[in-house]
Amino acid sequence: MTDMRTPLKKVRGLGSAHEGTDHFWRQRLTAIANVPLTLFFVGLLVSLNGADYAQVRAVLANPFVALILIAMLLSALYHMRLGMQVIIEDYVHGEGGKLVLLMLNTFFTIAVGVASVFALLKLAFGG
Amino acid sequence: MSKIPATQARPLSPHLTIYKPPITMTTSILHRITGGALYFGTLLVAWWLIAAATTESHFNFVNWIFGSWIGRLVLFGYTWALMLHMLGGIRHLIWDTGAGLEKHTASKIAWATVVGSVVLTLAIWIVGYMVRGA
Repeated sequence: MTDMRTPLKKVRGLGSAHEGTDHFWRQRLTAIANVPLTLFFVGLLVSLNGADYAQVRAVLANPFVALILIAMLLSALYHMRLGMQVIIEDYVHGEGGKLVLLMLNTFFTIAVGVASVFALLKLAFGG
Repeated sequence: MSKIPATQARPLSPHLTIYKPPITMTTSILHRITGGALYFGTLLVAWWLIAAATTESHFNFVNWIFGSWIGRLVLFGYTWALMLHMLGGIRHLIWDTGAGLEKHTASKIAWATVVGSVVLTLAIWIVGYMVRGA
């Protein structure tokens, strides 16, 4: 039977996952943000090579550095959560195991993010 | 009707046992593996930040671990994984525009990401040691 649906009707369901190109778009958006943000982080680590406790704390407490690093963490963690979701969906076919791993993926990402951002805020606000 | 002897070698379609993996296949696999490594490597980033936000002895302990030969090896690998994944990602962004998908062009870009990642990793570490020496 010929498909009588209009292109608009087809796109309204947003595909089998009902999320359209959202995953793809966010993955690309964070990928582009990650390039300058992680390069800044790598540059910062290179400049801090051999620095002692007090020096590292002073640099991380700098508002500009802290804000860029928080932005990097949010963008990179969101990006890697999307990536790990695809890996899980590709290789884990049992529904139960897949759901558990997808949950752990989100928990891991949030745990790393919350701990790292808290550490940076503590330093920034004079911890 | 003449019977073809069963011992005669029959032609086979190409499959995994005789398949020479093209570089684009290797970089595709590496992109996923490095992505997974970077995922768990964020624990090292979090550990370092937490150490800096806590006590000096904790920070010195983390610095000592990261500065040991095995620590440096892991961080060197982590740098390379990040560079390869970054260049591979930029390659994907180029592909998203529809450019660079021709077979030979794609192979050249794939080799460029491999060579580029090694060059960038070495550059980062050389500059890092120069900073330390200065």
